[in-house]
Amino acid sequence: MAGVLDTSPAARAVTRGWSDLTIRNVFIIPTILFLIIFNIFPLIYSLGYSFTDFRASVNEPANFVGLQNFRELLTDERIWNNFWVTAKYVIVSVGGQMTVGFGLALLLNRAMPAKGLITTLLLLPMMMSAAVVGLFWRLLYDPSWGPLNYALGLGDLAWLSNADVALYAVAITDIWMWAPFVMLLSLAGLSAVPQHLYEAAAIDRASAWYTFSRITLPLVTPLLLIALIFRTMEAFKTFDIAYIMSTQPTTELISIKLYKFAFQEWQTGKSCALAYIVLIMVLAITNIYVKYLNKVKER
Amino acid sequence: MAEIILRDIEKYFGAVYVIRKLNLTIKHREFVVLLGPSGCGKTTTLRAVAGLEDVDSGDILIDGKPVQQLEAGDRDIAFVFQLFALYPHLTAYENIAFPLRATSESKASVEAKVRAVAKSLQIEHLLGKRPSALAGGDMQRVAIGRALVRRPKAMLMDEPMGALDAKLREEMRTELKRLHLENESTTVYVTHDQVEAMSLADRIAIMNEGVLQQVGTPDDVYHRPANLFVAQFVGSPVMNIAAANVKADGSRSLLALGKGAAPFEFPKSLIRHLSDAKANDLTVGIRPEGVLVSQTETAGYVPVTAHLIEPLGAYDIVDLKVGAQLVRARTASGYVSKVGARVWARLDPAQTHFFDTRTTDSLRIRLVDGAH
Repeated sequence: MAGVLDTSPAARAVTRGWSDLTIRNVFIIPTILFLIIFNIFPLIYSLGYSFTDFRASVNEPANFVGLQNFRELLTDERIWNNFWVTAKYVIVSVGGQMTVGFGLALLLNRAMPAKGLITTLLLLPMMMSAAVVGLFWRLLYDPSWGPLNYALGLGDLAWLSNADVALYAVAITDIWMWAPFVMLLSLAGLSAVPQHLYEAAAIDRASAWYTFSRITLPLVTPLLLIALIFRTMEAFKTFDIAYIMSTQPTTELISIKLYKFAFQEWQTGKSCALAYIVLIMVLAITNIYVKYLNKVKER
Repeated sequence: MAEIILRDIEKYFGAVYVIRKLNLTIKHREFVVLLGPSGCGKTTTLRAVAGLEDVDSGDILIDGKPVQQLEAGDRDIAFVFQLFALYPHLTAYENIAFPLRATSESKASVEAKVRAVAKSLQIEHLLGKRPSALAGGDMQRVAIGRALVRRPKAMLMDEPMGALDAKLREEMRTELKRLHLENESTTVYVTHDQVEAMSLADRIAIMNEGVLQQVGTPDDVYHRPANLFVAQFVGSPVMNIAAANVKADGSRSLLALGKGAAPFEFPKSLIRHLSDAKANDLTVGIRPEGVLVSQTETAGYVPVTAHLIEPLGAYDIVDLKVGAQLVRARTASGYVSKVGARVWARLDPAQTHFFDTRTTDSLRIRLVDGAH
């Protein structure tokens, strides 16, 4: 109708291609439907389950149990242990990724031969499937014939079956895989610092360290924070590489515990409740970051 | 003391020869403006003095010491960038304090120096603001403050007013002049704006295509241009340039702009300065104010017609048709009433410049107005 009545140049220009209406019908409506069916609906439905004793493995109706699932979970020391393992993992893994990623970006942020090729090669780990990465590193870590111990001269250190080391071994793998992501964002931040600021600092007799800490770092902080937010969220819900690489109780991250509740013990209601606890924690942590990011960006 | 000497400076960007054997001495406390069109090498020269650019050969001496091997920070010079280059995440205060803090001055000393500079620049009320909250002129003041606060041996400025509007430029010009007089620091200033150069400089160094064309006081380069480039680059409206020939005629010389045009009278001495070849193939230049216009027929004046009139308020610029040649004259406002009017014109010999057509160099002939 609008197309018939509205003969303004702008309207005609639009009808030459697809109209806004067509674009809405073809792209936006299917997307929204898809999201509702596969994301929003399960989200709400599982919230309902979290207040029941529902088990997906038995054909019995769910009974409403109120906050019992949440109460049980939050008073369970083993669950808190899983959270503690997850926290250690997040700190080591994300900390390592930020350090290695930003360090690589600093090294790459200069004119050098084959810079494009080096950058691309460094980005490769990020593009691999986590399952493949996990299997591949399990080979590297193998105590008797893995190349890592041989190369580092560590004898037969059992990386993945040693309860004290396994979590860090998994974290190292995660660092290897995701440091390139931090590097990519850092490089974008570093190359956005105008060259004339460095020239001004050179004229102002600032030392290399002073320039780095007073100019480079503050100006790339917003992008570093974005990398930090993404990586923390991801690390918090890590399942794949940890599950593939190690069966040690010391590597039982909260998402692995969740998986066991849901699909090994078939405590569907309880696992929904745990999923919600994890969701709220992740939201809380990222909110702190986002608040800080906004504060930094205001400057 | 800060005397800057550039000796045989050469610089290539790849295959492009951007500075060609440049020699220039900037005296202590002098304000020197490097003037030239875009891409003439003036900014590169300035950056070379600052240490932001290496030269391929030649010496740069500051106070007699060669500094080519020194880092920018070790040359004790300050630099004001075209786009200010203020640190965006720091306040005006922190920006000005940056060079002091970078060399770990005591807090009290930093505070005192920053306040003093801010006071002289009248930006005390802006010290708490970040650059993004400042207007262009104030950003410029902060940038100058950051340069001044160290009391450097020399101040280098790269088109510091390039990003300001016309009114602000005029204000800042006055302010810069005042600051220079107060601080007495040796200053090298790069611009392509000849008005800025004329108003600020003790001496102007004019560059074109990497070659220094002329170094002199504003009066020198305006009244005694060394070649056609300088003659046309300095002054607004632009100097009239025309091919001419000169003949002797009794007690005078006659100068004609092109064939068949009525010749202008010049003193007899003109022809004596010229060889025969030069007399027949000469380029003359005269600024619009050197073209004298009369409404009545006057002895020694040549009849011409007004072709175009540009009223500029304080004065008019009138394009006069002399034979096939157009000559622009500056007259009192409204003196020539309408286009097509017949008026009489004369070229003031004292204000006429003579150039070698082939080399474009000035023939350095100075005439006094002896015809009348």
